[in-house]
Parts: sequence; C-alpha cells; structure tokens
Amino acid sequence: MLSRALIQQEIVPRFGADALKGLPDGATLPIPAGRAMVFTTDSFVVQPLEFPGGNIGDLAVHGTVNDLAACGAKPRWLSLALILEEGLPLTTLRRVLDSVKKAADDCGMAVVTGDTKVVARGQCDGMYVNTAGIGELIDGFELGAGRVAAGDHILVSGPLGDHGMAVMAVREGIRITHGVTSDTGPVHRLVEAVRGLAAGVKFMRDPTRGGLAAVLNEVVEGRGRGILVRETELPFSVGAQATAEMLGLDLLQVASEGRLVMICSASVSGEVLNAWRALPEGAGAVRIGEVTDSKGRVILETITGGRRLVDVPRGELLPRIC
Amino acid sequence: MCLAVPMKIREIRGDGTAVAELDGIPSDVNLSLVPDARVGTYVVVHAGFAIERMNEHEADAILQVFKEIADWQKHAVESAPGVVP
Amino acid sequence: MKYIDGFRDPVAAAGVRAKLDALAAVLETRARAVNIMEVCGSHTMAIARYGIRDILPKSVNLISGPGCPVCVTPASYIDAAIALAERGAIVVSFGDMIAVPGSSTTLAECRARGGTVEVGYSPMRAVELAEAHPDREVVFLAIGFETTTAPVVMMLELAIRRGIKNLSLLTAFKLVPPALAALLSDPGIRIDAFLCPAHVSVIIGADAYKPFVNQWKVPCVVAGFEPLDILYGILGILKQVSHGEATVENQYSRVVTAKGNGIAQSLMAKYLEPVDAAWRGIGVIPLSGLGLRPEFGTYDAGLRHGVSMGAGDENPACACGEVLKGKQRPPACALFGAACTPDHPVGPCMVSSEGTCAAYFKYLR
Repeated sequence: MLSRALIQQEIVPRFGADALKGLPDGATLPIPAGRAMVFTTDSFVVQPLEFPGGNIGDLAVHGTVNDLAACGAKPRWLSLALILEEGLPLTTLRRVLDSVKKAADDCGMAVVTGDTKVVARGQCDGMYVNTAGIGELIDGFELGAGRVAAGDHILVSGPLGDHGMAVMAVREGIRITHGVTSDTGPVHRLVEAVRGLAAGVKFMRDPTRGGLAAVLNEVVEGRGRGILVRETELPFSVGAQATAEMLGLDLLQVASEGRLVMICSASVSGEVLNAWRALPEGAGAVRIGEVTDSKGRVILETITGGRRLVDVPRGELLPRIC
Repeated sequence: MCLAVPMKIREIRGDGTAVAELDGIPSDVNLSLVPDARVGTYVVVHAGFAIERMNEHEADAILQVFKEIADWQKHAVESAPGVVP
Repeated sequence: MKYIDGFRDPVAAAGVRAKLDALAAVLETRARAVNIMEVCGSHTMAIARYGIRDILPKSVNLISGPGCPVCVTPASYIDAAIALAERGAIVVSFGDMIAVPGSSTTLAECRARGGTVEVGYSPMRAVELAEAHPDREVVFLAIGFETTTAPVVMMLELAIRRGIKNLSLLTAFKLVPPALAALLSDPGIRIDAFLCPAHVSVIIGADAYKPFVNQWKVPCVVAGFEPLDILYGILGILKQVSHGEATVENQYSRVVTAKGNGIAQSLMAKYLEPVDAAWRGIGVIPLSGLGLRPEFGTYDAGLRHGVSMGAGDENPACACGEVLKGKQRPPACALFGAACTPDHPVGPCMVSSEGTCAAYFKYLR
C-alpha cells in the first residue's frame, strides 16, 4: 500500500483535524509568551507489537507523555512517525493507530505532525514508531539529580515491572500464556496533582528500560550520596512476581511504562502520596526508601534485614520491550 | 540453574505434559518424572520438568514452625522495655 | 505466592536471626569460627541476594562451594561446543552457557559469526529443533548436576521413543557427593558442616549425605533456597555443632525424601554410568561425572561427531579454582571487578548466573 493512500485512508480520518488539516509540512504552534517548553523524543521497537494491556501505539504515546511529565511539563503536542513493513496486516495497523488516537485524546495531547514510510518485507519487524513531544514547563519545578540530598524520600506511584513481564510472557519460546498485563499509561496527571508542592520535588523519572535499578543508580552515580530502599516496601503485582519467579528475573530491573519514581524532601512526601493515591493511576503509591550518605551506591535492605547492592542492570536483560 | 518453582497442576494432557500455575500464571510442565501427579497436586518445576511433588503436609508443618518463630519474635519485641521495634 | 511467601516473612526472619545470635554467643568460646560450606550455586546466589552474610554472627563463616555446573565446566567443553556449531550443527544450550569463555571465544560470539546456537529454557527445545530440522544435526549441551541430569535424560528417552535420529548430547554431567568427598579430603580446606543443595537432594535423597556424617563427622543440613530455609538451615547446623553432633537433617522435607526420586534415579542409571570428570579449577575427580553408556553411543555427541575435549586453556591469573574450593573469596582475585566483570568475564564464576564471583559483583561489591 503506497504511503499516499495510507495517509489518506488511515491517518487523515484519525488525526486530520486542526493542525494536520490539509497535511502541511510542519505544524505551527501557538507557544505562550515567556513560557519554557520541554521537548523530548523516543523510538519504539517493541516485540511483539501487541501485548496484554496495550500495543506499540499507546506505548509510543505514553512513553513520550511520561518523559515530558517527568521533566515537570504539561504535555501539549506530539509528532508521530511510522516506519511500516510491507505486508503488515492493515488490521494490525488500524488497531495501533486507534490506540494512538485514544491515548493522545486521553492525555489531552494533539498529534500535530508526522510521517509514514513503508520499507521492504523483512525490515523493521512489522512496525517501528517514533514520537516526539512538546510540553509546557509547569511553574515551580526545578528538577535534577544534583538537587537530591541525604534525607530525601523516594516514592513510586504503583507496582513495578508489569510491562516488562507482560511482554516477556508473550515471547516465543517461553511457555507462559495469559500472563500479567502491561501497566502502559500516562503519568502526567500525577505530576499535575503535585504542582503545588513543586518546590519540594527534586527528581522524577519513569522507570522504563532497566527498571527502578537503572533510575536509582543514575541518581547516585558519581555523587557523594547513596540510596537505601526496603524490600518490604517495594510494590509488585502478584502476576509480575509470579512471572518473574518463574523466569528467574529481578523485578527491580524490569521496565514499567506507566509509573513514576519521585525523589522529594521529607516534608512533602506525605502530601505527595495523598495526592497520588486519590488518582486511579496512583492508587498503589508508596514510599520505598530514602537518600543516604553512602557514596554512589543503591542498597536494598532485604526481608532478612541484611543489606545488598542494587546493581546497574547489565547486558541485554530484556531486549525489545519498549 | 537448580532453580525450581513450586507450581499447582491445573490440567493434565494425555501426552505426559500438563499446565501448572503459580498464582494463576500458567506454564507448560512435563510430568514424566512425577507420573502420579494429579490435578491440584503441587510440584516443583525445574527446566520445564516437574522433579517431585510437594508434600503439603510437610510444607504446612514447616510454615507453622516459622509462624511460631514470628509470633515469638513479635512477643519478644513487644515485651522488651525501651526497645524500638 | 503459595509455598514461597511464607518462607520470606520478615518477622520470622528476625526471629531466626535472634536465635542465631543467641546460639553464636555460646559458640564464641570456640577457638575459631564455624566454617559452613554451602555447596549449590543457587544457595550462593540466594545468600548474596538476601544479604545473609551481612546478618550472620561473626562466629559463623559461609564458604561457597563448587556447586555451579557452568562454573566447573572446563574451557575445552566450550571449545568442543563451538567446534560443533562451526561444523553446522544446531547447538542447543541453557542460557548461561552462552557467554562463558572457552579457550579463546564464546558461544555467543560464535552465534554472532553465523553459528546456529539456540537457547532453551527446557531441554525439550532440542527435540523441537531436531523434529523441525531433520536434515541437520542437533547437539544439546548436557551439563548440570543431578537436578538437571534427570530432565535431560528424560528428554533423550522421549526423543528415542519418537524415533528421532539427529539428536545427540555433549555430556558434562557432574555429581555432588564425590565433589563433597574430594573437598573434605583436601587438607587445605577446613569444612565444619555442609548446607546441602535443595534440588540435587530431591533427586538423590537425603540419605546420600550419610557417608559424610559417618566417615567425616560433618553435620549435613538439607535446606531450600528461600531466605528462611537458609537461615533456619544455618541455625540447625549451629545447634548440631554446639552439641558436638553430626547428623543428616532434612529441613527441606516438603520436597526432599530420604531416598529421592526413584524414577529419575532409574532413568539416569539406564542411560548413564559414572565416569571420571574434569572440574574446572579443581582437576579430575574420579567417578564424579556421568557419561552415556556404550550402548547409547550414537547419542553421545563426542563419539558421534568425533570431538574430544582436551585440556583447554584457562587464564592463569583466573582464580576460579580457588574460589570454587572455597579457599578464596572473589575480591581476593586480582582480576575481580577490573579485567573480569559480568560484561567481559574471564572465568566462568563471573558469567554464570550462579557463579560466586557473579554473586559478589552483583550484590556485594
């Protein structure tokens, strides 16, 4: 199917209002005067394209929304670039595009520009997607690992690792069927809900590739601070735990695609948790630990009370999960 | 490599394989080494093979030992003066 | 998770810790610490992953033993597997063999260069591939202790029943009891007790440890891999030591029986016979391995494809041998954390998912 026909039949009906009307080469955006804007991009190569709880389409929207949210920005505009393998079933493409539209609408984000390419059979494994997003920085947020100080609290918005386990469960060669459901979803409302507490929020990140272990190690690496988390406080769903148990995987290193990790001052953490728990996507929010003085290390206090290192995830732990 | 997980047999097929589950998450298991396993039996699974049944009576007994130790520990903490639990 | 969560209860763990501390205080009057060797790689990993050394009394010393089948497989075995892949065979392996260095390269690199190397979670993958590719030879890398040997041999029996002719095993099966005997006979290692492997014991039975109790008067406690299993197992050992006792105590009785899995044992006896085996870093231990009986020679990849496993080259600076015997902790190896890391391992102890060096690097650095 030629690009042109594809665009007319599939893209325009879903996204062809407003900025995309008439398919201009670029979107002209009304940037509010004096506002700082945040710009981010991500590419998605997940295999398989569809998995319990979502597909590459909503993953691509939520991924970019969440990067903007983690930067303290309100998501506004999205670009959507598709690279399609010749022979990709039209029904699959339609389901993915429907998911993109629904996810973007749910997030209050407009798809304002994009591109579609078709490549030969045998390339790009069905579909690759890139999204880039622009958001408006919310007043009061000044985020960065440099602001993190000993005594700060570490919060997560819900159970960890469901997305990675959901994708793994579908992969060929692993005989687990009807596994756990991906947690793919937007977290920007969690950020919006704490804008009044922004001064106490030091750092935010969505724990995708490499999971919580990657995020926490990134915060402490090369700095005079460390992190202590308590195993008894870590939230995991029953399904993700069972799947990880069967595969011998450590959920600390497994991606979530609809969760937020926050480091904030102790004085605001109670209010943050209350605000998060009032939202469905934050129902499982908990405090899992705090920032310490142990240089550059992330330590887990296990259920025995004994401590051990939470290492940076190494190697290709779980390929092609986002 | 000697990792093995306790799973409950959900369905037995005629060909020596079965569907076992851990907390509702199913997985295929070969029962050739534990041919007397039935639906509802707990088995320990290694490399896709059940290697033995779990003796639920023994499992419950040792869990009871641990529960008693936990109760003893809670009592010790609560009755120790000035101790922060 | 049923039959898992109850063995991870933090309050019960605190209780067992308190009892360990109380008992250790009694033992402090001894001249030296109690050396407990935990044999199995899964115990090594669980002990590191749950920070158990961190909370043990000072009078208790946990030594890691050679119970990691990947770690004790000589470099020459990897070389032979790579040679088979280079000759066009489909080589099927458990995941953690793929990155282990042979004399010069790994199976992963061989795969990158075009060799067909497939990873299987279950040995049945080899059967699937043999049926799907009747025109090619399939070789399964049959390494493991007794726990793994039983499923692999069952796979072979199922393959034979299905009339599969293009499948063979490159065997490096190892036995735990002869290794324990060799360690106890080594004057350079002082072992006061064994924390015996959980799932090897499922196959061989708790009675298999009676000779160590009878001949060497060494307490043997069979324990599961959950943190409470391990802590309670250590407590059981200390109780025996404090009373001057030496018995076999089966604390994993929810799965381990006195005699073990009879079907697995019969199957293993039907197809396999004891052979001398080379343990990387330790040397040859007589009758410590299992090989295919001569009547099943056609399923022996070494015979079938004419590959022999000679000496193989191991890096002389690699201290895996000393680590495997419990003589050295990983940080004492000059290469640990510098030239040898999980990303670029020199020895198998660093790359195996159950290797002592891998456990230290990942959890205790």
